[in-house]
Amino acid sequence: MITIQNLHKTFKKNSVLTGIDLTINSSGIYAILGPNGSGKTTLIKSILGMVVPTQGTIHIMGENIKNNWHYKKNVDYLPQIANFPNNLSVKELFKMIKDLRGNTQADQELIELFNLAPFLNKKLGNLSGGTKQKVNIVLTFMFNSPILILDEPTTGLDPISLIRLKELIRKEKTNEKTILITSHIMSFVEEISDEIVFLLEGKIYFRGSIAQLKSQTQQPNFEHAIASILKTSYA
Amino acid sequence: MLKILKYSFYDLMRSRWSYVYFLFYLLLGTVLLFLNNDLSKAIITLMNVIIVLVPLIGTIFGVMYYYNSKEFTELLLAQPLKRNAIFLGQYLGVSLSLTMSLVLGIGIPFILYGIFRSDSIWNFSLLLVTGTFLTFIFTALAFNISLSNENKIKGFGYAVLLWLFLAIIYDGIFLMSLLLFEDYPLDKLSLIGTMLNPIDLSRTLILLKLDISALLGYTGAVFKKFFGTNFGLIISILMLSLWVFIPMLRIIFKSKKKDF
Repeated sequence: MITIQNLHKTFKKNSVLTGIDLTINSSGIYAILGPNGSGKTTLIKSILGMVVPTQGTIHIMGENIKNNWHYKKNVDYLPQIANFPNNLSVKELFKMIKDLRGNTQADQELIELFNLAPFLNKKLGNLSGGTKQKVNIVLTFMFNSPILILDEPTTGLDPISLIRLKELIRKEKTNEKTILITSHIMSFVEEISDEIVFLLEGKIYFRGSIAQLKSQTQQPNFEHAIASILKTSYA
Repeated sequence: MLKILKYSFYDLMRSRWSYVYFLFYLLLGTVLLFLNNDLSKAIITLMNVIIVLVPLIGTIFGVMYYYNSKEFTELLLAQPLKRNAIFLGQYLGVSLSLTMSLVLGIGIPFILYGIFRSDSIWNFSLLLVTGTFLTFIFTALAFNISLSNENKIKGFGYAVLLWLFLAIIYDGIFLMSLLLFEDYPLDKLSLIGTMLNPIDLSRTLILLKLDISALLGYTGAVFKKFFGTNFGLIISILMLSLWVFIPMLRIIFKSKKKDF
């Protein structure tokens, strides 16, 4: 589904990605982890075509993504910071994105799930951060695309919404979707992901299940296992 | 592209600033017309305001809109849309909404005054046409500046500098060079100099249409000979179109290669 070969990205003089090779062929939940500045967001944005790679190729569902925008109908993206035109209402935003991507009925269900009905006629500029994030989540999940990319999906959510989000992600997994997640909340990652991809200094340092990571680093606890990778790399 | 244009336009049409801008022109037009009672003078005063203000507002609005909608642009970039479509759509949305504020704001008082029954209708239309051109030109320049500068403050700074240069400094340099080389024949040079700056070009175009070129002395006569003809008018409109077209091409080119 996703094939990345020898991906390099340099911003001016700063090399962020230095040779990523990653193939994801099956459905499941993949967590992309790494310290700050390791290139997680750059990797995700390269997949989305928002960042133009310096070198290397990316194929999504068999299509080369270079100078191509049609493949994006197979990808749903939840950006890290949600900011929408302030003068539109929530309802109008949903209508607009549906207008751009094609119609769907799934939004009604999601609006109910996240209790957004009272906000539908409010302007986006007047919403709180958490509510904006919920709007963002609805926008992402309302299209039934085979690939989902979530960048820090838990930001600003209250506990109930967090539980609902986890349920939603699991449900999408049973629908045979490929889900990429980045997060700094290790308990969330541990609970939800099938496999982790650990980036360090622009390369893939580790790829495998959490159990494998624990045995490799000889740490009983996931959070400590991650920390031990970082310690050895910083040392 | 049309969809993006539509939504940018709707978004801006509901923004407070569009109304402020509209009301400002409405007030200005009304006051000038009904307290002054001289159509030609009102048009000249309006021209002086439009020639300076329209570029300023176009630049500031363009830069502000681009930076404010940055995250939303990122959301759009993740949708199955062409990059060109997103940026051109936004650009046209901003320009059209500004143009609408201008045309309605000035148009309403003039219609109430009875412009259709007077022979100044052509001068008035030329005023609106140049105002529209200036809006499109300076919004496009603002988009160019913001696409090239990640830093908001820098972008704003360059945009204001650009406006300052074309609205004021250019004229200064132009005049100085005319004084400096006054021993040489300057008709061609001054003509070209005027053509290269959209603000000067618009000003000259309107002044000459208003038939007050006598104020401009000998140069005025040369200008009149050039701009007064249909050929001059067509060349001027062509020049203004180029000023819209070239920055637009750069928006397309730049947005294709940019990382978000």
